[in-house]
Order: sequence, then C-alpha cells, then structure tokens
Amino acid sequence: MSYTQQKYMNPYVAGVLLGLVITASFVITGQGTGASGAFKDIIAAGVVKFTPEFAESSAFFNHYVGAEHSPAKAWLVFEILGVIVGAILSGALANRIALKVEHSPKITSKTRIIMAIAGGVLFGLGSQLGRGCTSGAGLSGMAVMSASGFIAVGAIFGVGYAFAWVFKKYWV
Amino acid sequence: MAPLITPGSEFDLMWAFIIGIAFGFILEAAGFSTSRKLVGLFYGYDFTVLKVFFTAAVTAATGLLLFNHFGIVDFGAIYVPTTFLWPTVVGGSIMGLGFLLGGFCPGTSVCAAAIGKLDALAFLGGLVLGILFYTLTFESIWMEFRKTSNLGVLLMSDVMGVSYGVSVLIFSIIAIATFLLVSKIKERIADVEY
Repeated sequence: MSYTQQKYMNPYVAGVLLGLVITASFVITGQGTGASGAFKDIIAAGVVKFTPEFAESSAFFNHYVGAEHSPAKAWLVFEILGVIVGAILSGALANRIALKVEHSPKITSKTRIIMAIAGGVLFGLGSQLGRGCTSGAGLSGMAVMSASGFIAVGAIFGVGYAFAWVFKKYWV
Repeated sequence: MAPLITPGSEFDLMWAFIIGIAFGFILEAAGFSTSRKLVGLFYGYDFTVLKVFFTAAVTAATGLLLFNHFGIVDFGAIYVPTTFLWPTVVGGSIMGLGFLLGGFCPGTSVCAAAIGKLDALAFLGGLVLGILFYTLTFESIWMEFRKTSNLGVLLMSDVMGVSYGVSVLIFSIIAIATFLLVSKIKERIADVEY
C-alpha cells in the first residue's frame, strides 16, 4: 500500500466554498444545511411506523403522525444522504478511506469508542433542546445573522473551551 | 425570487441531495472527518475548524446580504430561526460537552463515518440514543423549558442596534481579528502528530 493521503484543502478556501454552498441552499430552497434534524426525522418516522399507538399518545411524536412527515419527504434526510456521498467522493479522491478507530496514542480504542458514544448522546440531547446542532442551529443561524445562531455557537465553543482542560489527557 | 424551489416538491428534495453532496465533499476535504483535527481548536494545536467555520459563516452572511440587496433573496421568505435564549444556551452547553467527549458534531461524524472512521459510527449511535432519550423524556423534562425565553425572530442587528449591513461588517471584522489571533496562538503551541 503505497498510497499517500492528499493534503487537506486550505481552510479559508474551504470556508468560502462552504459559505457559497450555504448561500445557494438558502437561495434555491429557502433553508440552510443541517444534520441532527435528519436523525430526528428518521427516528420519528420509525416510531410512527412501528409503534403508532405510542406515537399518538406521545407529546413529542403525535404531530409526526400523518403522511406529511414521512422521511421520503424530509429535506434534511436527503441532504444527509448527499453528505455521505460527498464525503465518500472527497475521501476516495484523497485516498483517505479506511476502516479505523482514530484516537490519541495515550488512550485505547475502547476508551475512544466509549467517549464517542457518550459525546453522541450529549449531542443528540443538546441538539433537540437547542433546536439544531453546529450546522443547522449554528452555521445556518449565523448565515442569516440570527441571534439564535450566535448564542448556539457561543455556548458550544464556550463550554468546549471552558472544560477542555478536563479532557486534555484523552486528546493531546 | 428566492426560494427558487417550492418547499416539499420533488425538485426540493433533489436539491437537498445535491447541496448535501457539496456540503459533505467540502467538510471532508477541509479535514472535518478527523476528530483529532476537530478538537485541535480547544487545545490550540489546530485551528482549521475555527477558520473554516467562521469563514463559511461570514461568506454566507455576506452572500445573503448582497442577494437581498439586489432583490434576489427576500429575508421574509427564507428560514430565520426564532431565538429561545435559555434552551439554546443549555442545549449548546450540552453540545459543547458532547464535542469535547465525542470529538465530532453530527454533520462531521457523518462525513467521518462515510470514510470509515469507526469512532464516528459510535458517535452516530450515541446521537440516535441521545435523541431517543430526549423524545422519551420530552413531556416530563423538556417540553415546558423548551418554550421559555422566546425572544422572537431576533437578529444581531437588533441586538447591537445597528443596520443589518453593519452587523455583517462587524461580524466579518471580528472573524478576521480572530483568525489573526489564533495564528499567533498556534505559533506558541507544540505540534501534535495525528
């Protein structure tokens, strides 16, 4: 295996391109990009399909009952399918596709996986309470200069910096 | 006039897919598919995320400002979120801890899992569990709190008491100043191999 990984794109070039994609998303479809909402839509569709009585009685799921909220009509689900395709394309072009658990040499793969699951749980919970994640609430919110976007990003990165020292030994 | 596509139409979903491809491609190409690069901004050894993220936000804010100025985008017709102060602060804080522990956010974990990162796949599993936990405890814990401190559709220009254009300009200046600052910080921090 003599493949060498290609270098990453210049961050400012990537940023401008990403900004243009978000602008195009608003101009063409009226909304920005997101991520966590796609998973909420898939979960909601699954709950409505497989446990309809529970969905009817649930304060969260009852407004998903009815054909209008099927994942086949969900914008974010299609967008996330596109994200998967786009990431595979970029990864393939740069020879970065490989099965692995990436972690600091100071921790084991098992520790890394447990941390990743815990982090995912927190992000899942926080994104529902905060009405979106880094992408949908943060980036798309800042694109339209919404206070909500700036508050979300401030809280995510603020807490990240405030508590970084606690988790330093797992990363550096 | 934007949006060019009727929401809910088949073309709308086709565009969602196309925009997703571009979004995923750029995130991966910028290096957002590696958790150790992502968390680098918290430890000062890699500010890629911060640079990409704020350059994108400033570019999109400026782009939408110009499109609005030339009458192509009507801000009333695109999605501008309502601000719920405390739910966003608490939700964002929980996400911040999730970022430190998990090394990803939802969008970046999708990119990383797509190129084979198993830690990203674990993060996605956790994400689904977290959303399920929220939905199952929604009525008892979150429902009332989520509706509190509704400030309506609040823009940064309202907060700062300036025009929309000036708010975008101030944001751009702060972003550029931040880029210069983190470049200085980076020089003082030892490189981390990953």
